[in-house]
Amino acid sequence: MKFSESNLRGDSMAATLEKARVSREGEFVVIDAKGMHYRELNELIVRVIEEGAKKLKLINVNGQRFIADGLRGDYYIEIYGVAGDDLAAFANGPTIVVYGDVQDGAGNTMNAGKIIVHGNGTDIIGHSMRGGKIFVRGHVGYRVGIHMKEYREQVPVLVIGGTAGDFLGEYMAGGRIIILGLERLETYPEIVGDWLATGIHGGAIYLRDTIEEDKLGYGAKFEELTDEDYAFLRREIEEFCSYFGGNAEEIMKAKFTKVVPLSHRPFAAMYSDSKEAGH
Amino acid sequence: MVRNFPPDFVVRVDKEACINCLRCTRECPFGVHEYDKEKKKWKRHHEKCVACLRCAYMCPTQAISIERSPMEYSPHPVWTNKVRKDIKTQAETGSVILTAMGNELPYLNYFDHLVLDACQVTNPSIDPLREPMELRTYLGRKPEKVDLEEYDGVELKTKIAPNLKLETPIMFAHMSYGSISIEAQLSMARAAKEVGTYMGTGEGGMHRDLYPYADHIITQVASGRFAVHEEYLKRGAAIEIKIGQGAKPGIGGHLPGTKVTAEISETRMIPEGSDAISPAPHHDIYSIEDLSRLIYALKEATRYRKPVFVKIAAVHNVAPIAVGIIRAGADAVVLDGFRGGTGAAPQVHRDHHGIPIEAAIASVDQRLREEGIRHWGSIIASGGIRSSADVAKAIALGADAVYIGTAALIALGCTVCKKCYTGKCPWGIATQVPELRKRLNPDEGARRAANLLKAWSHELKEILGALGLNSIESLRGNRDRLRGVGLSDVDLEVLGVKPAGR
Repeated sequence: MKFSESNLRGDSMAATLEKARVSREGEFVVIDAKGMHYRELNELIVRVIEEGAKKLKLINVNGQRFIADGLRGDYYIEIYGVAGDDLAAFANGPTIVVYGDVQDGAGNTMNAGKIIVHGNGTDIIGHSMRGGKIFVRGHVGYRVGIHMKEYREQVPVLVIGGTAGDFLGEYMAGGRIIILGLERLETYPEIVGDWLATGIHGGAIYLRDTIEEDKLGYGAKFEELTDEDYAFLRREIEEFCSYFGGNAEEIMKAKFTKVVPLSHRPFAAMYSDSKEAGH
Repeated sequence: MVRNFPPDFVVRVDKEACINCLRCTRECPFGVHEYDKEKKKWKRHHEKCVACLRCAYMCPTQAISIERSPMEYSPHPVWTNKVRKDIKTQAETGSVILTAMGNELPYLNYFDHLVLDACQVTNPSIDPLREPMELRTYLGRKPEKVDLEEYDGVELKTKIAPNLKLETPIMFAHMSYGSISIEAQLSMARAAKEVGTYMGTGEGGMHRDLYPYADHIITQVASGRFAVHEEYLKRGAAIEIKIGQGAKPGIGGHLPGTKVTAEISETRMIPEGSDAISPAPHHDIYSIEDLSRLIYALKEATRYRKPVFVKIAAVHNVAPIAVGIIRAGADAVVLDGFRGGTGAAPQVHRDHHGIPIEAAIASVDQRLREEGIRHWGSIIASGGIRSSADVAKAIALGADAVYIGTAALIALGCTVCKKCYTGKCPWGIATQVPELRKRLNPDEGARRAANLLKAWSHELKEILGALGLNSIESLRGNRDRLRGVGLSDVDLEVLGVKPAGR
C-alpha cells in the first residue's frame, strides 16, 4: 500500500481505495475496521484525510481506541459500533457521530468539535474538555466532566439524555453540563450519583430533576435558574432532540436544578506563612 | 497577646554610609525598608526580611548588611527555634504553612557520601583536551537489536522510536510560566538551544515568545491539563506526563487566582482570576493501564513522532512503579527526588514525603535491568542536583540524564530566599510583577544559564577522563566506579555500591 504525505486526490487516492478495507460511498470514504488494531485504523484515518477525505464512515468498529485523537479540522466522521477509549481526545474541530456506545474518556481534553453518541458512555466522558459539545443519548458512568474548563468564547457543553454516576463535574472549572434523566436505570433510578461537583470552581451543572442537598460535594451549591439559563437549556435541548428525536417543549416542562460553585477561589484561605501572618 | 516571635534576620545599616537615596525602599518587594519623609526617620521591618540580599547589593554605598538575628529563643535541641515559630504561625492563622525550594531537613545526602574512582598506573586516564569525549545522550526507547541491510551502502532496517538528542546529559527542569517569569523561561530556552539540550514548560503552557525555541522544549501534561491542546502537543520536542513532584509527592497544586493574570490566562487557556487547580491525581488515571491509555492517546495525537515521558516523585515503591510506567509505553521515566525544588508547597509535604533521588535511581535502574527492559526507556533524574559531580554520580548510579531546576535559577540570580510562592521574587525570576520582571534581562540570563551547562559539561568531560572513559554512556549504571564513604551496609546495598577500600 503506497500512501503519500502530500494531499493527492488522483491516482494515489485510487490506490488507497483499491485496498479492500477502504471504499467510497458517495462523498464518504468508508473504512471497515473489523479486526483491525487501533494503530492500523488510526493510521488509515490519517492517511485518507491527508489524501483529501472530508467525510468518513467507520464500520464494524469494535472498541478501537484513540479514534480521531488530536485531529484538527472540520471533518465529519460516522462510527458504527463501539468507539474505544479516548475517542477524539485533544481533538480540535471534527464532528463525530457514534451509532453505538463510547468508552472511557470520549472527548478527553477536547478543544473544539462535536461528539454525538446514540448509545451510552462509560467513565470520564468529557474529562478536562475546553471547548466543543458532547451529546449522549443514554447514560454515562462515573467521573464525567471532571475538570471541564472554559476559555474566552470557548464554553464546552455536555448533554446527557439519561443519568450520570458519582463524581459528576468534580473540580469543574468551566463549561456547562446538562443531565436530562429521560431514561432511568432500574438499579439506581436517581438522575445523578453522589459527590456531585466536588471542588467545583467554575461553570454550571443543570439537572432535570430535584436532588437532596447531601448529594452535593464540597464547594458546590444550588442556585435558582434565570431566564438566561432557560433560554440556554432550550437551545441545547432542541439540538439534543434534533439528533435523537423527542420534544424539546415537553422536556423543558420538568423542574430543573442548577449547581454552581461556592467560590472561584476555593483555596484562597488555605495557606499562610510567618511573614504574612503579621509576625 | 504579645507576639513573641523573633525575626529571622536583622538589617544593619551603616548610618555614616547611608545617603538616604531610598533605593532600598524601591528594591525590597517585602517592605522591609520604610522612610518617613516628614519625620526624616527610617524604620526597618526586620521581621519581613527574607535575606534575599537584593537591597544590600543594590545599595550604591554598600551601607546595608543582613545578618542572622541574634535574638533567639532559649536553645533546645528538640523544640528548635523553627519548630516554635511554626507553631506560633499556625496558632495565629490556623492554616497550612506554605514554603518554596527544596527539602530543608538535614537528611543524609547520599551524593556527599559517594566518591568517584580515578585511573592510576594500570589503566590510563584520558585527557579530554587531546581525545574526543562524548557527552551526547539519546533519551527514549532503544531497539532490542539493530538490523542492517547491505547493498551499495548500509541502511538501517530497524525502525527506531523517536529519541531526544542531547549534547550534554543536563536539561532544565519543568518550571511553569506562572511560577516563574517569561524572562526566566526565555533565558533557559535560549541556553538550551545554544547548548543543544532541552527545557521543560511545566504545566503552565507554552508562551508564544517561546515558540522559536519549541524544538528544544518539552511540553508537560499535568492533572490540571492547562494549555493542553493539539497544537501545543505537536509544537514541542517531547511530551511529559506529570504524575508527581519530588517537593510535594501525592498532592496537586493551586495557582491562586490573584496570579492568573491576562497573559497567564491566555497561555494556560483558563479564565482570568480563577484559582488554577491541579488535582492530586489525574482523574483519568487510576492504574498503570489508565496511564498507558494517556501515553498512547498522546502518541496517537502526535502520530508517534514525539517521545512521551512520565514524571513521578521518588517514593517508597518507586522501582515497581517505574517498571509499570516503562511497560505502559513511556519512553522515559523521570524520577524527582525529595530534595526537588518547588515554587510553592506545603512545608509538611516538602520536608516529610518521598525518598532521596540517589536511592530511587539505583533501585529503578536495578529493577529495569533485572526485568531485561532497561533499554525500553530512559531514566531522567532530578531533585537536588547541585554540581557536575552530582550529575556524574547520578549517571553512575543509573540515570541517563538529569534535570536541574534550582541550580538553573541560581545561575539566573536566585539567592534561594524561599519566597517564590509570594510572587514577589526580588531577582525577577518567580514573579509576574512587571517592575520586578525587569530585573532579569533574558540575554544576560541566557548567557549565564548556558555558561552553567558549558562549565558542568566541561567538568563532566574531565571526570570521564579521570575515570578513563571516553563517553558518558560508559558511565551510565557503572556503579563499580563509585564507592560509599560513611554509609551503612543497607544503604550501600540499596545504592549497589561498595564501601571505600573494597
